Amino acid sequence: MKAFATLFTSLDQTTKTNAKVAALAQYFRTAPDDDKLWTIALLSGRRPKRGVTTTLLREWAAERAGIPLWLFEECYPIVGDLSETIALVLPPAQQQSERSLTDWLSIVRDFGKHDVAVKKQQVLDAWDSLPAVERFLFNKLITGGLRIGVSQKLMTRALAQAIEVEEATLAHRIMGDWTPDTTTFEDLILTDDPTADASKPYPFYLAYQLEDLDALGDPKDWSAEFKWDGIRGQLIIRDDQHFLWSRGEELITDRFPEFAQVPDFIENGTVFDGEILAWDFDQDSPLTFNALQKRIGRKTVPKKLLKEAPAILYAYDVLEYQGQDVRNQPYQTRRTYLSELIGSVPDTAPLRLSATLEFEDWQTLADLRDTSRDRNAEGLMLKNAQSPYLAGRKKGDWWKWKVDPLTIDAVMIYAQAGSGRRANLFTDFTFAVWNGNQLVPFAKAYSGLTDAEFRKITAWVRKNTQERFGPVRSVKPQHVFEIAFEGIQSSPRHKSGVALRFPRMSRWRHDKPISEANTLDDLKAMLETYG
Amino acid sequence: MVLEFRRQGIYCPAGDFFIDPWRPVDRALITHGHADHARDGMKRYLATEAAAPVMRHRLGQIDLETTPYGHETRIGDAKVSFHPAGHVPGSAQIRVEVAGEVWVVSGDYKTVDDGFSEAFEPVPCHAFITECTFGLPAFSWTPQQQVTDEIHAWWAKNQAEGRFSVLGAYALGKAQRILASLDASMGPILTHGAIENTNAVLRAQGLSLPDTIHVTPDTNAKDYPGALVLATPGGMGGPWMRRFPGASTAFASGWMALRGVRRRRSADRGFVMSDHADWEGLNTAIKATGAERIFVTHGYTSVFSRWLTEQGFDAGIVETEFEGENLDPAADEVVE
Repeated sequence: MKAFATLFTSLDQTTKTNAKVAALAQYFRTAPDDDKLWTIALLSGRRPKRGVTTTLLREWAAERAGIPLWLFEECYPIVGDLSETIALVLPPAQQQSERSLTDWLSIVRDFGKHDVAVKKQQVLDAWDSLPAVERFLFNKLITGGLRIGVSQKLMTRALAQAIEVEEATLAHRIMGDWTPDTTTFEDLILTDDPTADASKPYPFYLAYQLEDLDALGDPKDWSAEFKWDGIRGQLIIRDDQHFLWSRGEELITDRFPEFAQVPDFIENGTVFDGEILAWDFDQDSPLTFNALQKRIGRKTVPKKLLKEAPAILYAYDVLEYQGQDVRNQPYQTRRTYLSELIGSVPDTAPLRLSATLEFEDWQTLADLRDTSRDRNAEGLMLKNAQSPYLAGRKKGDWWKWKVDPLTIDAVMIYAQAGSGRRANLFTDFTFAVWNGNQLVPFAKAYSGLTDAEFRKITAWVRKNTQERFGPVRSVKPQHVFEIAFEGIQSSPRHKSGVALRFPRMSRWRHDKPISEANTLDDLKAMLETYG
Repeated sequence: MVLEFRRQGIYCPAGDFFIDPWRPVDRALITHGHADHARDGMKRYLATEAAAPVMRHRLGQIDLETTPYGHETRIGDAKVSFHPAGHVPGSAQIRVEVAGEVWVVSGDYKTVDDGFSEAFEPVPCHAFITECTFGLPAFSWTPQQQVTDEIHAWWAKNQAEGRFSVLGAYALGKAQRILASLDASMGPILTHGAIENTNAVLRAQGLSLPDTIHVTPDTNAKDYPGALVLATPGGMGGPWMRRFPGASTAFASGWMALRGVRRRRSADRGFVMSDHADWEGLNTAIKATGAERIFVTHGYTSVFSRWLTEQGFDAGIVETEFEGENLDPAADEVVE
């Protein structure tokens, strides 16, 4: 655990990417294989199951620190992190432990097998034998949230340097349905055997928002399609089985049973990239995101919902064709394969080919983009006809060209402090619009302001709190913010009757008095137009 | 009541004076020279001899009477004396005795001896008015020698990499405490103007500090490779920093105990060093006074007074003008 703690400390002590990569690479050169595998697992979001509730951890920590539970709870929001709060309030460790990261993780993994008294003793012993940083990390391993400022991409880059394998190749090897209990460092990372895991997905290629249309050059080199608002998904057909992965690298095959029929039409050795959408088969067009939302998070799907919101894959790329990885072939070639594959499936199958748009010049395309909102699309995707399918977020070949968000001017009425990096800062706000002389809350937002603006509003909230409801404070209605959002829907659950998609603060309207904020009627008019 | 809490600050009716008032009054007793305790606009001031030079430096021409530590002064019907608070050089707790009843105002204090300020002394009293800036059990300070070692190691590493080490610390107290603990043989030590001004005042009153080089508009940083630069937190955010390109940055503050604050500051390092008492220090200090009545101020007052009440003290809260509640860590340069 010491080496892992040293790694964590060096990562935590720098804000510079190169220094982080260097520290990780150094760790990957020297750590034992099983610790390396666990580190890869942890930094790619694979965690042992939580075997102890945080309620118990809080009670044990308070008891061990000799403080009442309420006092522990008062510390938590100030520190902003449960694992850190526990590490800080405990008395210094009395013993020393030489256990490795893997040893500690096997203790954490086995918590589920023991009764509470045994778990408690194990946790107390751990707390009493680990110095501050290691204690904090141990708590992170138990509570399952090791976010230490290192993305999977950064970790992959460092590992690539350490073992001298190309980054994109490694990114692919790290994907899929594995845990440190089901594989070894040797098998997963060092051995190149793509057939070992039939469910293994490819790394997704992610696009940036378009900055400069003119820089794209000749329109003939580009292909365009509408960008629909669904779940990015990768559908794999291998060994007469199918596997569906979300962009968050979650295996969601069981949540979308309609894809079980796909191996009947599509040959083995095929991998599609596309958008999972709720589909209106009568109109042959997408339903709203609202319809799909009912499917998200459901592990089993009732029949009624399968009928109301049937899902399809709106396929826009093929990554594996006839058992071959075709990611390095040009986009237009892959599109040919894609049309061929999907052209032969019946209309009842849950597969559609993403339509490409005809355009001679950029103006035509811009005009098409302006129709996006009417079609329930988010905007356009632009892809270079010659481009390979890259791994991760890369600039140059793929761009998303989303429509401008909708905006409304609203009054801040409630504020709540954030956590982690945002502990002690008021960052989560509730906004309201006028209904007569009443302010009706309609949206929460917590992003879009600069750190300096958050500090300024925090100081203001402290001085202008009217009432406290637990962590939430009502504040004097005084500040107007422009709220940007991607979509609006009717919602009987909300007082205002509407729900916004991706609301955020786009501007602090210092220039506007609250009397000039928008009204509930304005919101309803937007619902009428865009809902 | 020996002391009352008024709009202008803490008031002694028997002696007709205020302690650390924040509005103009006729007579002000001052615990130490930080801006939230020593305000301008008072007709007459009383402070320790060691606090006087900094107060004169900051407040200009003031009517200031001084007293040595431990010396009893009679003001009206009150007996008044100043006792070391260990916060910064010259800082004091103020003891007020009226008709045999003793109250003590702690001002800001820390219980560990930093080897630079006069070390904190517990003063037995009936009622103790204590700060509680870090009055939560999450705060437990790293021993000073360990922090000094960490700073030296950071400095040496930066020297090896050919980088400057810019360390942010409050201009009065923290900066000099760090200076006094540094191994000056490691390399040149440069200072921001606000810090150097305070250095000059403290050196003039006989405190020993290593040699420092004042950074002026004419200073060429390249002449001082491997330097450690002491900066104010404000200076570190501004154009002043441009003369030290590629520098490794750090802050020294009690708030650096919290990872969230460290990350928000986006400095490379955070050294946990405070001139206030930590949780253990506060509790020890309060017990050592033998007081039954405790008033808490400056900090996590509601939490800390509830804790003290549960421990059997008669605890209350004194509101101050300087914060409605918790200190904003982002504003610690103003307070620490």
